[in-house]
Amino acid sequence: MENTTLAHHLLLAGLLFALGLTGVLVRRNLLVVYMCLELMLTAATLALVAFSRFNRTMDGAIFVFFIITVAAAEVAVGLALIVALYRRRGSVKSDELVTLRD
Amino acid sequence: MLDGLFIFFAALTLGAASLLVLSRNAVTSAMGMILALVGVAADFFLLDAYFLGVLQVLVYAGAVMVLFLFVIMLLTDTAESAEGYPWKSAALGLAVFFFLAAGAVWLFVWSGAVPSTAAGATPPELSVNPSEFVTAAKGFGRLLYTKYLLPLEIAGFLLLVALVGVVSLSKDPVDENA
Repeated sequence: MENTTLAHHLLLAGLLFALGLTGVLVRRNLLVVYMCLELMLTAATLALVAFSRFNRTMDGAIFVFFIITVAAAEVAVGLALIVALYRRRGSVKSDELVTLRD
Repeated sequence: MLDGLFIFFAALTLGAASLLVLSRNAVTSAMGMILALVGVAADFFLLDAYFLGVLQVLVYAGAVMVLFLFVIMLLTDTAESAEGYPWKSAALGLAVFFFLAAGAVWLFVWSGAVPSTAAGATPPELSVNPSEFVTAAKGFGRLLYTKYLLPLEIAGFLLLVALVGVVSLSKDPVDENA
């Protein structure tokens, strides 16, 4: 911890976010796309914690606490939606769910 | 010279996240996701946010990823095949990745926009000032029940709403007119 600066942690968060966005664009399995979305959220929390630590204030850490709470609820609802979609359409591939486009 | 632990866990996190993005098997992707979340939790520990690191492992790498694995095993056709894959979107994704990564490197390393001050002394375990960064979980409780009481109540209510919503979504549909 002694030698890392704010920029190191922000760089890690930025690269994680880039990887997550790439996954959202590249993957076709809705479950994996959803996991990549969660990865982007985690990257944002990492940046918040880094800012909080280097500014010596507690507010960013509290914000991350709420983000983790809301993300848990959001994952439950999103997965229920994906399961409902699968039961109705029999697929979770984004290139097979094109009813509105065709 | 950088902190060796930071380099190790940053490499672990980025490698696991690449596994999540690149693996064709959804279960392997989930394993990469778990590893990446543990790596982020380790970085929380390196940032002296011990409580958040524990929460990250318990809630994210534990509960949320178990939920993901359950759903992956519930749905059968989760493996992707290369045939018919739109390689144009892969090229677009790769371009977006390099654009964002180059932007992050430029902004955080070369532009000088981020002050390069070191973290300084280890934060205290508890302090008189409630909004100062502290390492003890008590610091969270103190703020959650005073300054952030209303958001805490709303978060609790949101969990209830999500619970009811998931139950009603998971019920068998009454009318099968699809």
